Amino acid sequence: MVKDTIAAISTGMTRSGIGKVRVSGSQAIEIVDRIYKSPGGKKHLRDAESHTIHYGYIYDGDVLIDEVLVLIMRAPKSYTTEDMVEIDCHGGVVVMKKILETVIKYGARPAQPGEFTKRAFLNGRIDLTQAEAVIDVINAKNDYALASSVKQLRGSVLEKIRHIRKNIIGSVAFIEAALDDPEHINADSFGEELKISVDENIRELQKLLDLADNGRMLKEGIKTVILGKPNAGKSSLLNALVGDERAIVTDIAGTTRDTLEESINVHGILLNVVDTAGIRHTQDVVEKIGVSKAKSSAKDADLIIYVVDGSTALDENDMEILEMIRDRKAIVLLNKIDLNLVTTKAILEEKTHHPIVEISAREEQGIDALEELLKNMFFDGNLSFNDQIYITNVRQKTAIADALESLKLVLQSIEDQMPEDFFSIDLMNAYETLGTMIGESAGEDLIDTIFSDFCMGK
Amino acid sequence: MAYTYESYDVAVVGAGHAGCEAALACARLGMSTICFTVSIESIALMPCNPNIGGSSKGHLVREIDALGGQMGKVIDKTFIQSKMLNQSKGPAVHSLRAQADKSEYTKQMRLVMENEENLTLKQAEIVDILTEDGHVTGVVTHTGGIYPCRAVVLATGTYLRARCLCGETITYTGPNGLQAANHLTQALERLGIELVRFKTGTPARIDGRTIDYSQMTEQKGDEQLVPFSFTNRPGDIERDQVSCWLTYTNEKTHEIIRSNLDRSPLYAGVIEGTGPRYCPSIEDKIVKFADKDRHQVFIEPEGLYTNEMYIGGMSSSLPEDVQYQMYRSVKGLENARIVRNAYAIEYDCIPATQLKPSLEFKAIEGLFSGGQFNGSSGYEEAAAQGLIAGINAAMKLQGREPLILKRSEAYIGVLIDDLVTKETHEPYRMMTSRAEYRLLLRQDNADLRLTPIGHDIGLIDDERYNRLIEKSDQIQREIQRVKNVNIGAGHQVQELLEANGSTPLKTAATLAELIRRPELNYDVLAPIDPERPSLSKEVTDQVEINIKYEGYITRQLHQVEQFKKLESRKLPQDMDYSQIRGLRIEAQQKLNGIRPASVGQASRIAGVTPADISVLLIFMEQYRRGHQKDI
Repeated sequence: MVKDTIAAISTGMTRSGIGKVRVSGSQAIEIVDRIYKSPGGKKHLRDAESHTIHYGYIYDGDVLIDEVLVLIMRAPKSYTTEDMVEIDCHGGVVVMKKILETVIKYGARPAQPGEFTKRAFLNGRIDLTQAEAVIDVINAKNDYALASSVKQLRGSVLEKIRHIRKNIIGSVAFIEAALDDPEHINADSFGEELKISVDENIRELQKLLDLADNGRMLKEGIKTVILGKPNAGKSSLLNALVGDERAIVTDIAGTTRDTLEESINVHGILLNVVDTAGIRHTQDVVEKIGVSKAKSSAKDADLIIYVVDGSTALDENDMEILEMIRDRKAIVLLNKIDLNLVTTKAILEEKTHHPIVEISAREEQGIDALEELLKNMFFDGNLSFNDQIYITNVRQKTAIADALESLKLVLQSIEDQMPEDFFSIDLMNAYETLGTMIGESAGEDLIDTIFSDFCMGK
Repeated sequence: MAYTYESYDVAVVGAGHAGCEAALACARLGMSTICFTVSIESIALMPCNPNIGGSSKGHLVREIDALGGQMGKVIDKTFIQSKMLNQSKGPAVHSLRAQADKSEYTKQMRLVMENEENLTLKQAEIVDILTEDGHVTGVVTHTGGIYPCRAVVLATGTYLRARCLCGETITYTGPNGLQAANHLTQALERLGIELVRFKTGTPARIDGRTIDYSQMTEQKGDEQLVPFSFTNRPGDIERDQVSCWLTYTNEKTHEIIRSNLDRSPLYAGVIEGTGPRYCPSIEDKIVKFADKDRHQVFIEPEGLYTNEMYIGGMSSSLPEDVQYQMYRSVKGLENARIVRNAYAIEYDCIPATQLKPSLEFKAIEGLFSGGQFNGSSGYEEAAAQGLIAGINAAMKLQGREPLILKRSEAYIGVLIDDLVTKETHEPYRMMTSRAEYRLLLRQDNADLRLTPIGHDIGLIDDERYNRLIEKSDQIQREIQRVKNVNIGAGHQVQELLEANGSTPLKTAATLAELIRRPELNYDVLAPIDPERPSLSKEVTDQVEINIKYEGYITRQLHQVEQFKKLESRKLPQDMDYSQIRGLRIEAQQKLNGIRPASVGQASRIAGVTPADISVLLIFMEQYRRGHQKDI
């Protein structure tokens, strides 16, 4: 069913005093009513008058999410001229995102880029003279969303979704070819076979959904680059943050020759970390490429983490890095505090104004302090990135959840012993939903697959 | 020397399946109509397969009939075998297909055409279309006759600059060796109409006496017959049926074809036209699906008074000598004698994106077109477009709104919307998967969907309309009743349920809930439903379908609601899309090229994105408010 009530976060996703989640559409009040509880537990938003504010709590089932103020605006006296609800919650990425997800879970859908403004205009709320501005808003937001929704998906996620779609369209093509040409192709009792592949697809989508919950489906977060001399402990740091042995860690200087990327979720903040080859003047060709990559990654990073090897003295390479990060957002990590320190915090403080954290990446000491620092920088607004990322993530997640729902309907149809043609309906819905997620429309895919996979003939 | 003859309201060019429906519709709607054909003997000719209907095509025929067209009635009179396909599948994909006696079909349609009031038949090739100020004023025959008229329906099928290919031999004729129409193309080009070249093909016909049927599998018709026309009852169409036969190609056949591919005009590059993927020639099948060790071959009679058999599945453009080897390698065809060779045919047709959804040319007022000329394939697709083009020519002359069926209303709506919206690169065939709301567009409810529309148009008389309304009321009443009848968990009920392999009731249930169980149906529940009124099978079938698939049907109805929102937003035809700021260049070009009638149609154009549609909606709102101020 097409959901026509939309929701979005309408404030920036930083630690402002409050955050707002807006909901608009004929079911807006009803949906929020399902997740709202008044302090006494008796009040219902559906009874509330227009333009009234209600104190209470947002719950997802039994789980309390936040203490909120809910503003009810009934049609036509609202920005979009539809029924609108504004949920004022405590600012903060995690809370706002959770509330948005809950509203979606209970029946709204994520707004398309610029959709509130579009509705306001189409419903006559915005003056004619502003039409062009409205178009600009939609285009700007849409360009961003398009770029972000596909490009920010991790390569492996994109692959998986393409694989699932291919599998689905293959099944539909088989059913449809058999319906169109029953004398050549027989789809009797295809349900049993289909059930196996739908089950498999459901498992895969479920995994993706879990990935989305960890914010690890997107590859972009705060673009973070770890710099340091060879063997300063960059890869060990990455491992400590990620919690698995992804980057190769050895004692031989120059092991990390290429850049590795990893997304790390620190208190709900997504860091996209690039581990780089150590910076030093080198003759090794392969390593040279790695080094120049490291330098260029550092150029467009949102945050640089500079790892200093405390067991050795600062040299010209360190000086080069310190120069490079002077005007950048950066954290200096004094590593190897488990060893005898040659370079101390005091020495570093003379060279840099950036915050310094003492750690031992190998012994995983000081990692908590680093995480705390990151969190504070982010919430104090010292560190930010394009907050639309979270919205993109919610949109992607909704698409996966919707596709899962469609595939479950297919299983239901198989269970109910429906004829094969009924399977196609929900399979196609899942196919199209996953397509919107990766920016591919269905077009003539089905017909093309039928003809390329099956010999139809008169 | 040019002469001007009497004038007509409408001139129809061509008397194939599209031309016949168009001419009959116009005449029946009170228009004085003249229909031109290059050969009166070839009215409603079936130059390829000897059957009407089939998956989704059967739907088209039922819809044509529900609107007041002729095809269903003629095939009901002339079929020699009938089958409902996909009976083990859901009701949406049941589809009727009948083998026709080809020459009888032609005769019966000719009889109808010749006796229709307001309709004149004329054997002549049309060589020019006359216009004034972008407006049709007449047609000219090859003998110089000028026939003034107010509207023209082009239904030239595969005849325009047709050439047939059989190996190295090329003949410049239409199908079956009939005269091609070689002059009209130039006239159309002069009018600024863009033409393209398409290709199709047909298999050989073999003398039935030389076929060994004992080596083949017999394919019989259904015992329970269902008529195509809603005006016929099963009893009206009973007759003895003839059989078709099934055999297979084999490795030897494939080897013969492979070693002669260089002599196939298709593979030698002689054929310029684009062929359809859905009825590939046997050489295509063998090249594309190299791993298949055999292909089905259906042997189908061409009629009761001929020995010719159609060799379904083996269309080809290979040379005659290769054809002999190839057909004779098939089991049961070892001694076959070919009566007519297989051939490929190339012809001129148009990208139908030049048409409005009413099938009128955007650039030339009063000029309509239908059928294979519009880039489609198949008798049924042709007839459906012919009917709509004819109706809309009449609507235009009567100053009435054109009939544009929505995708949510009819397969005909899907067919025409696809043709005028999407750029097709091969002859377009109807397929059930093209209809996104197919659960609603069933062949069994075509009358409920379309007969009221046919009545409004004027092709369905009051008597037929009133019968339909009565049927519709009975269905609604009975659906309400079965939803309200409570069935207790009594002894008789449990026994009946068990006897039908269904779990016994724990608590009372409605009759509708029981009908919904996969193992039960409306009929088997009769013994526990004493209040049941006596109703016809067509009524109870509808009740059962509506109850059994209610959940799915309701979901599609919701989707249709959404779909209709964009469909109802009309776009002005004189809009210059390159002036709309914020539309991407690709979208501007596509929209300027196709000039969609509604935002809905715009959204289906390849290359127009959802963001473009948002921009278009904003622009339209701006336009609307701007124009309000003018008034």
